[in-house]
Amino acid sequence: MSATQVIKETGSEIQSESQHLVGEQAMSSTAYLEVKDLKIQASINMPGKAKKFITLVDNISFTLGRGKVLGLIGESGAGKSTIGLASMAYGRGGCEITGGQMLVEGTDILQLSDKEVRSFRGARIGYVAQSAAAAFNPAHRIGEQVIESALAHKLMTRPQATAYADELFGKLGLPDPENFGRRYPHQVSGGQLQRAMTVMALCAKPDLIVFDEPTTALDVTTQIEVLATIKHAIEETGVAALYITHDLAVVAQVADDIMVLRGGSMVEYGTTDQIINKPQQQYTQNLVSVRSIEKDEKPDPVGEPILKVTNIDAAYDGVNKILKDVTLHLHPGQTLSIVGESGSGKSTLARVITGLLPPMGGATVFAGTTLSADLKSRTKEQLRQLQMIYQMADVAMNPRHTIGQIIGRPIEFYFGVKGAEKRRQVVELLDQIELGEEYFDRYPAELSGGQKQRVCIARALAAKPSLIICDEVTSALDPLVADGILQLLMDLQNKHDIAYLFITHDLATVKAISDSIAVMYQGELVRFGKKSTVLSPPFDDYTDMLLSSVPEMQLGWLERILATRKMHAADN
Amino acid sequence: MKNNLMHDIFSHLSWGARIGLLSILIFAFAAIFAPWVSPFTQDEIVGDVWEPISAHSWLGTDQLGRDILSRLIHGARNTFFIAGAATLLSFFMGTFLGFLAAVSGGRTDQALSRSNDLLMAIPTLIFALVVLSVLPASMAVLIVVMGVLDSTRVFRLSRAVAVDIVVMDYVEAARLRGENTLWIIFREILPNALSPLFAEFGLRFAFAVLFLSTLSFLGLGIQPPDADWGSMVKENKDGIVFGIPAALIPAGAIAILTISINLVVDSILSRTSSLKGGR
Repeated sequence: MSATQVIKETGSEIQSESQHLVGEQAMSSTAYLEVKDLKIQASINMPGKAKKFITLVDNISFTLGRGKVLGLIGESGAGKSTIGLASMAYGRGGCEITGGQMLVEGTDILQLSDKEVRSFRGARIGYVAQSAAAAFNPAHRIGEQVIESALAHKLMTRPQATAYADELFGKLGLPDPENFGRRYPHQVSGGQLQRAMTVMALCAKPDLIVFDEPTTALDVTTQIEVLATIKHAIEETGVAALYITHDLAVVAQVADDIMVLRGGSMVEYGTTDQIINKPQQQYTQNLVSVRSIEKDEKPDPVGEPILKVTNIDAAYDGVNKILKDVTLHLHPGQTLSIVGESGSGKSTLARVITGLLPPMGGATVFAGTTLSADLKSRTKEQLRQLQMIYQMADVAMNPRHTIGQIIGRPIEFYFGVKGAEKRRQVVELLDQIELGEEYFDRYPAELSGGQKQRVCIARALAAKPSLIICDEVTSALDPLVADGILQLLMDLQNKHDIAYLFITHDLATVKAISDSIAVMYQGELVRFGKKSTVLSPPFDDYTDMLLSSVPEMQLGWLERILATRKMHAADN
Repeated sequence: MKNNLMHDIFSHLSWGARIGLLSILIFAFAAIFAPWVSPFTQDEIVGDVWEPISAHSWLGTDQLGRDILSRLIHGARNTFFIAGAATLLSFFMGTFLGFLAAVSGGRTDQALSRSNDLLMAIPTLIFALVVLSVLPASMAVLIVVMGVLDSTRVFRLSRAVAVDIVVMDYVEAARLRGENTLWIIFREILPNALSPLFAEFGLRFAFAVLFLSTLSFLGLGIQPPDADWGSMVKENKDGIVFGIPAALIPAGAIAILTISINLVVDSILSRTSSLKGGR
C-alpha cells in the first residue's frame, strides 16, 4: 500500500465519520422529509360523463432523515412512482394530491404556490428517472444538461457548476471526467448515462433525491456498477433518498428502511433488516420468497435433437455480424435457456430460427429437416411446429380482436376447425391457462399483464407445436406474476412434451427452469451445455461475472461482491 | 351485437354530434325522397327572378325564377351521391394500395409510392379540368376522376398509419403463422387503422362536396338544368351584387353539411380512440 493510498483512506474515514455526525444531528433534531396521510387521486374524463375520481394512493405516511435511504417497493400499479413524484409536489397526467401533508423541514410543500414549488424542485430535490436515454435530450451535450438546474436556480455560476459536475463525474467513476460532459448522450453507454443522470440530480446539491427504478433498464453486469455508484454518491453527499424499485434484492443493497406497497396502500414499513429477514405480512413474505420454482435437470436425452443450429452467422446490414458462428441444439421436451446481456444477439438468434432474418451462413435443422432460411418458403406444417411467445404481450395481440379470435385463429388456420368445435377447443385452452370461458369475448385491453401473457401462451399452444421460442416472456411482469407464468409453462411442458427455447437476461429464471443453458456475449456462444455443467465451476470470466452480478436478497451483498472483485483485480 | 354497438356509439355522442347527426339525417332524407318532399320539380319556373322568401317559395327563387328549396333538395341528391361515391372509391383504392405498400415494403412500396407522388405532383384541379373536358360529361366519369384524384391523399395517410402497425409483434406473429397478405391487411391492420381513416373519411367527404361544387362552379361538374349546390352558388352569385342572398343559401347548406359530418366523426373518434391500445 502506498503512502497516498493510506492518506486517502484515512481521509475518507474522517469524512464518513463527520457525515455520520451530521446525519445523527439531523435525525435527532428533525426528519428532513415527513409525509403524513398522503392521498393521491386521478381524475378520469369520459366524453358525455361526469368527472370520476380514482384513488391511486391512500394513507401513506413515512419519515426520512438526512443521509437516509427509504426504499419504496411494490408491483406495477402499486403507486411507487406516484408517491415519488408527489414528494416533489408533482402529480403526473391528471393525478392530483388531494389529501395529506408533505413536510420538508417542517414546511408543507403542498401548500406552496406554483412559483415557490418550482424554485424548490431541482434546487432541493433531484430526480433520477428509469430511462436515462429518454430523460436526456439527444441534441444537447451531457454536461450542459447536467448543470442546467443548478444554473436555472442560480445556485452556482457556470464555471462553478461545470467544475462541480466534472468532480462528480470523477467520483461516480465515469471515464475521462473532464471531457465526459462534452459528449452527447448517444456517445456513452446506458450504464454511463444512468450515472450521468445521477450526477444531474446531485449537481444542484439537493437535500433529497428520488430514484425511480434507476437500474431496471440495465443489464445485471451494468446494474451492479450503477448500484455501487448510487450508494457511494448517497454516502458521499449525505442526501436523503427515496429509492423506488420492484426488485427487493436491489433495494436491500441501498436502503436503510423499506416500505412495501400494494395497490396504493402500505403493506409493511420497517428497517431493511426486518423486511428481508423477518417479514411480518403474508404479501411481503411472498415477495421475499419469490422464485420458489425449482426444476431438476431432465435425464440425458436419447435420439435426435428437435432443433439443431449449426455455424450460424447473421447480420442486419450484411456487414456487421450480430451472430458469429453459433452452434447449439435442443432435445424434444426440454428447455434450453439462452442468456446474455442486451446486444448479445439472443433475440437475433430467435429471428434466424423463425425465418424472419435469413442468416448469412449456417443451417437450422428442425425435427430432422433443414429449414429454409426464408420464412416464405417454409411449409405450413413447419410453421405450426414452431411457435413464438413475445416479451410484450400488449403488442403481441391485436387490440381489436377478442381473446376467442386470438386463440381460435391458429386452430382454424392449421387444423381447419370451425364453429362450435373451435369454440370448444378455445375454451379448453382457456382452462389450461387458468382463465375461464368468460374471457372468450373480452379484448386484450381488459386483461392484466399476466393474463395477456397467458393468452399468448394459449395462442402458441393452440398450434400444437413441438417447439416454442419464449423471448423474454417474463421480463415485463412483476415477480409474483412471472412466477405463475413460469409455473404454467413448466406444467404445459410436462403435459404436452414441448421443447422451449427460452431467451432471457434473468439468471434466476434460467436457474429455475432450464435443462441446458447457452451463454452468449457479443454474438458469440461463450458457454453451452447442461445446466449442471454450465452453472458449476470452473467458469470462464464472462460467465463468472454474469453469475456473480445477480443481486441476492441479503444485506451487504453488494459490498461483499465488490470487495471480491477488487481483490481479483489486485491479484491480476 | 351490431345493434348493441350502434346504440353504444350513439349514447356516447356529444350533444354537438347529435345535432350534426340529425342534420345529416335530414339532408339524407331529403336526398333520398327528393321527388316527394320537394314542393316543385327542380326545373319548374314558379315565379319571378330572385323573389324573396315567402309562403309560396320558402327560400325564395333563383336567377330564373325556380324554387330554391326544391333545387336544394334535388341538389342534395346529386351532391350526396357523387361526393359519397367518389369518397368511397378513393378510400377503397387508397387504403388497399396504401396497406399493400406498407405490408409488402421494398420494390412494391417504392413503385406504388412513387407513382402516387407522380399523380400528386399535378395540381388536382387542373388535372381534373383537363381529364373532364376530354372525357364525356357523365356522372360515372365524374365519380371516377374525383375518386382517383382523392385516393392519392388517402394512400399517403393509410400507408403512414400502416407502417406503424406492421412493425407490431401481432403482425409479426401473423406472419410467423403463415397468414397471407390479404389477411394481414384486412384482419390485422385495418381494424387498428380505422380511427384515423374514419376521421379522414369525414374530412374527405367534406372536401369532395367542395370539389364537386368547384367543378360545377367552373361548368365541368353537374350539367344544368340538374341542380347541385355548387352550381347553385355559381348561378346565383351575381345576385350578391344587388344584395340578394340567394347564393348564400346553397353555400350555407354546404357549410352545415361539412360541419355536421365533422362533429359526428370527431365524437365517434373520441369514443373509439379511448380504447386502450387503439388508435
